[in-house]
Amino acid sequence: MSAQVETIGSAQRRKLLGIWETAPGLYGWLASVDHKTIGIRYLCTAFFFLVIGGTEALVMRVQLAQPELKVLSPDAYNQLFSMHGTTMMFLYALPMLSGFSNYLWPLMLGSRDMAFPRLNALSYWVFLFAGIFLYVSFPLGQAPNGGWFAYVPNTSLEYDPGINMDVFALGLIFLGISTVVGSANFIVTLLRCRAPGMSVNRLPILVWGTLTASAANLLAVPAVSLACAMLWLDRRYGTHFFEMSGGGRPLLWQHLFWIFGHPWVYALVLPAMGIVSDALPVFCRRPLVGYTLVAISTVATMILGFGVWVHHMFATGLPVMSLAFFSAASFVIAVPSAVGVFAWIATIWTGKPHFTTPFLFFAGFIMLFVIGGVSGFMTASVAFDWQLTDTYFIVAHLHYVLLGINVFPVIGGIHFWFPKMSGRMLDERLGKWTFWTMFVGFNAAFFPMHVTGLMGMPRRVYTYPSDMGVGWLNLLSSVGAFVFAVGVLLFLINVAKSLRAGEPAGNNPWDAPTLEWATTSPPPVYNFATIPQVASRYPLWEGRLKESDERSIIGDAAPDGMVLDRGKETIGVTPLDAEPNVVLKMPGDSILPFLLSIGMTLLFFGMLGQMIWLMVLGAVCEIVILALWLTPKPHAAEERVEVYE
Amino acid sequence: MSDHAHSEILPVGGTDTVSTAWWGMACLIATEAILFVYLIFSYAYLGSQHDGPWPPSGAPSLKLALPNTVILVCSSFLLGWGVREFRRRRDNGRLALFLVGTIVLGTAFITIQGFEWAGKPFAFSTNAYSAAFFILTGVHMAHVAVGLLMLVMLLVWTLMGRFGDAHHEHLALGALYWHFVDVVWIAVFTTAYLVPQFS
Repeated sequence: MSAQVETIGSAQRRKLLGIWETAPGLYGWLASVDHKTIGIRYLCTAFFFLVIGGTEALVMRVQLAQPELKVLSPDAYNQLFSMHGTTMMFLYALPMLSGFSNYLWPLMLGSRDMAFPRLNALSYWVFLFAGIFLYVSFPLGQAPNGGWFAYVPNTSLEYDPGINMDVFALGLIFLGISTVVGSANFIVTLLRCRAPGMSVNRLPILVWGTLTASAANLLAVPAVSLACAMLWLDRRYGTHFFEMSGGGRPLLWQHLFWIFGHPWVYALVLPAMGIVSDALPVFCRRPLVGYTLVAISTVATMILGFGVWVHHMFATGLPVMSLAFFSAASFVIAVPSAVGVFAWIATIWTGKPHFTTPFLFFAGFIMLFVIGGVSGFMTASVAFDWQLTDTYFIVAHLHYVLLGINVFPVIGGIHFWFPKMSGRMLDERLGKWTFWTMFVGFNAAFFPMHVTGLMGMPRRVYTYPSDMGVGWLNLLSSVGAFVFAVGVLLFLINVAKSLRAGEPAGNNPWDAPTLEWATTSPPPVYNFATIPQVASRYPLWEGRLKESDERSIIGDAAPDGMVLDRGKETIGVTPLDAEPNVVLKMPGDSILPFLLSIGMTLLFFGMLGQMIWLMVLGAVCEIVILALWLTPKPHAAEERVEVYE
Repeated sequence: MSDHAHSEILPVGGTDTVSTAWWGMACLIATEAILFVYLIFSYAYLGSQHDGPWPPSGAPSLKLALPNTVILVCSSFLLGWGVREFRRRRDNGRLALFLVGTIVLGTAFITIQGFEWAGKPFAFSTNAYSAAFFILTGVHMAHVAVGLLMLVMLLVWTLMGRFGDAHHEHLALGALYWHFVDVVWIAVFTTAYLVPQFS
């Protein structure tokens, strides 16, 4: 009997492989729509931008190591801190998390791909080209130089001639397309592309985090795209959105930017918190404490996150009533964040912690999050904020939250899922060295900034006088920054070494409970030979948790579940209960996403150079490609789905 | 493969809320709708912070804008009627006529709005009001243009006989987008044309 089952399995897998495999060669490379390929591309590209942004930071730390140094000119410093912020906020932090989610979602949800595979490829290509676009003027010494927040009137044509801020404004609109397209894809994937039985109360928290972030992006990104369009029009077509003499208002920029900016900050951390919520319990050998509360507080954080944008504008002279409201909202948002922190601590407390590298990163994250959270809570108070805004205290706060809640979980998450992606383990000893180097370096770099800020050192200024007495603190920060960079380097060495000679991982090296660990490492292109049937939140731990008698069916070899091998197909389910209700035909390799992003690049370069012919060429390309993309294809009205039992 | 216990019949692709495309369109409409919320916010913010009357040049005339609104609303009803007819009878020829009618009305809207713009005593770069007015109505015009392109493609596919018994999601979604563009115009029209009449 078992021999017969095996042969059925292998014949079926060969057939699925034939249907799903990407074409070889350059064409296949450009035309692949496989979510795993796209996810890894996202991870690598975002990491590349992390290294670039980090290098910019190191150059700045050299300049700031001692008072009154002349390593960088003020203008070069402006470009570096602007590109550092822009790179980290836009080209590293969210794309990195999109990489995780792109790779992991269909595996975690028991599906074969995202809802819109071609849109997925488009979102990657647009991200890549928008990233290049933002850097195109860097070699000319004309990079964006108004900070990642680009406040007017500092960034108006009068005070900032040159193409610097045009690149910024158009680059962000360009990148926004990638973000919105990717977000829509995540939302629809969640609603439709799950395994039967993967109901909303069984979703991994990473899925909750990315879903929440995606919904927020859909609603927040248009604000910054609009603001950037207005900035560009003010600069190049003489309009008066922000320009005072014609009745414009500079504060309109700040409102639009922060209506986007604050939800964005949460979009950068919620999926990363999800990484911790899913992976930390594996090393505590127990399910996450308070799953429902953590899921609810993820969504609650984002809803509140839309009502706190003015706390970035406390010092702009708004009415007291408005300050009081936004201050209170900023205090309240600490509550859902604290729910997460207590859930993670309780998970460690009541579990049996295994002190592996990923565990260290996640535990370190909790500590950094608490420090960053407390300094954030402090600046939510208007009176305190007035003392500290635009000082290094804020720099310390934002780096504790962004590195603490994004970079540490991300590096921990890569240690955790690298075996799944590559089939090989990362080196554990080197991993622990990586963690301690990064952790010590990070705290040495950023903790002193709380103090330099309290002593009154202003941010965004290229140097400081020696009689301020902050020279030694800055030297400490600079040394810490380089130690942190060594940690990142150790990590890269570990990845390079382990890719070639790492220990083979097997399907489930950490003995983790979720679906992605049920398939091989790396997974086959079709993910699951038969669509799993999910019966609980922790399908691979059902035997020992014994929460109910029901068992999930995850047959990769045995024929038990929908095969769906009449073409490239997966199953669609009802949004809440995950009952199968439709067969989804998935598109094969397609060059169209790549071509569409090329057309878009032409359009944006046309706008940057104000070359009408190039804009028209780009727009015509877009229309033709979209018409081809959307052409209706005939298919059967219904299909008989074989369910093996 | 003889040992399976049973099999089910499921639709392929599906229509309306069963199809992923419908949800994709819903996401597109959500993000576009919020864009108009931000546009109206910007218009209202600049107005609220403005010294002196808003609009500075007095309330805009309704002479062209009001009939134009009626034209756009009619185009929506016409298209809705066409889609319903097609669902009942599956008649490509009749559908093509409805689509042509909608395209004619949409084009009329853009043309009349062009005259309306040309008659303004101010340009895009005159002041904050002109900037806010033109970006609000201009972004809407761009959406009408995109909607028209969609309708033209639907017409082409209809004439090619691409919409068979089971595959008219494209039609339903194109119509959905066109209705969205029309509903947004009501909000834009109210903000930029109606409210100033009473202030």
